[in-house]
Amino acid sequence: MNYIKSIGAYVIMLKSVFKKPQKRKIFWEAVFREIDDLGVKSIGIVAFISFFIGGVVAIQTALNLEDPIIPKDLIGFATKRSMILEFSSTFVMVILAGKVGSYITSSIGTMRVTEQIDALEVMGINSLNYLVLPKILATVFFYPFLVLLAMFLGILGGWIAGIATDLFKPGDYIAGIQLDFEPYLVAYSLIKSVVFAFLIATIPSYFGYYVKGGSLEVGRASTKAVVWTIVVIIFSNYFLTQMLLS
Amino acid sequence: MLEVKGIYKSFGEASVLKGIDATFEPGKTSLIIGQSGSGKTVFLKTLLGLHIPDKGTISYNGQTTESMTIEEKRQLKQDLGMVFQGSALFDSLTVEENVMFPLKMFTNQSKSEMLDRVDFVLKRVNLKDSNHKFPAELSGGMQKRVAIARAIVTNPRYLFCDEPNSGLDPRTSIVIDNLIQEITDEYQITTVINTHDMNSVMEIGEKIIFLKDGLKEWEGTSNDIFKTDNEAVVSFVYSSNLFKKVRKVYLEE
Repeated sequence: MNYIKSIGAYVIMLKSVFKKPQKRKIFWEAVFREIDDLGVKSIGIVAFISFFIGGVVAIQTALNLEDPIIPKDLIGFATKRSMILEFSSTFVMVILAGKVGSYITSSIGTMRVTEQIDALEVMGINSLNYLVLPKILATVFFYPFLVLLAMFLGILGGWIAGIATDLFKPGDYIAGIQLDFEPYLVAYSLIKSVVFAFLIATIPSYFGYYVKGGSLEVGRASTKAVVWTIVVIIFSNYFLTQMLLS
Repeated sequence: MLEVKGIYKSFGEASVLKGIDATFEPGKTSLIIGQSGSGKTVFLKTLLGLHIPDKGTISYNGQTTESMTIEEKRQLKQDLGMVFQGSALFDSLTVEENVMFPLKMFTNQSKSEMLDRVDFVLKRVNLKDSNHKFPAELSGGMQKRVAIARAIVTNPRYLFCDEPNSGLDPRTSIVIDNLIQEITDEYQITTVINTHDMNSVMEIGEKIIFLKDGLKEWEGTSNDIFKTDNEAVVSFVYSSNLFKKVRKVYLEE
């Protein structure tokens, strides 16, 4: 019953979020600030993880291909497919749900328990619109670029791993990543990233905005927000994959 | 003029306000006192529209909030200033940005006009050389002054303060009390303050409302409070030996 209530409250929250901003200039300032906080400041972690996971996928594929009949360009092909289809969108977004989701819940939750949200409401400001809409725009527009970066760096990481370990020839790897390239798979990944970005901005905002109590509750809300965001991302991934690829 | 008639408010099973009537006049500092849990903060937040009353009416300048259009409500919000118990300053903004925030949101003033106004109100609350500091770098008393500056920067007609002296030393409390009263007189604002501070009651209480269990138990001035024989008020206000002695001296005189 509580879950249904929460889903209802989440939908009602979205209704208040999607209103016309009260002051356009302040709104766009907030959007750019959020792009910096939620997007630009995540480039480092996304780049680091993508590069090394790409390397690991390439090495593991190479180590498991003992049969001489299987062409070596499969290593590049498998790395490319893994990076484009799942890692760059789903797993990078799960990582961002942890990093950015906890930040969103704790920052909005702290505003709630210290009455900063009440202060906004007393001034006549639609606090949900002011606080959440810039986050949605920032993530929805910026995260696809992070996904493209993750794809590129993951594939690059696989190539560098080949050079560093000598497990496969860079030429075979390059041939593999050129093999059977389908642009639609990149589009599929980007569509998923837009949906996941929306979830990363809104679910933690919901948990932060409706928190009651003090710092302990804000901490608990952050943990819940991250868990639920990841659960919903994984579920959505399943349904989006069914819809877009089958 | 702010008028409240028969306000009720419940949260689930808990009935917090049980039919409060009150009138708050312009240019007067009205204090709401009462024990913790008596409904003071809920009452104040209901006046501000942060809680919707279950029953009863709230009238600003003769017009009930229920009968106001969305635009009139928006306009009214700009006539309200609020100083929260914990100051509620925006952590990520400097003092200057905090005070400028309502101007940026609701006026079309140029940056230099806004900066002039911010400087003026910060001087008015005796806060100098703190424009570029963040709230975390300020003392509790300074944060309260910034909160007052932010509340009055748009020239509101109504000022609400929730425990403006909580966490402050007695000397700073008096400074904050005097500042609120001066601003109330100067701009003829209707000021409503929730407080536990008996110094405030004695010093600036032009009108005092005592709440008990969600009901208005007593109403009067700071002079009346010395003479009252209402048991609940006497046991609350004169719970400390110091105030018992003060009352005794006052009554003897």
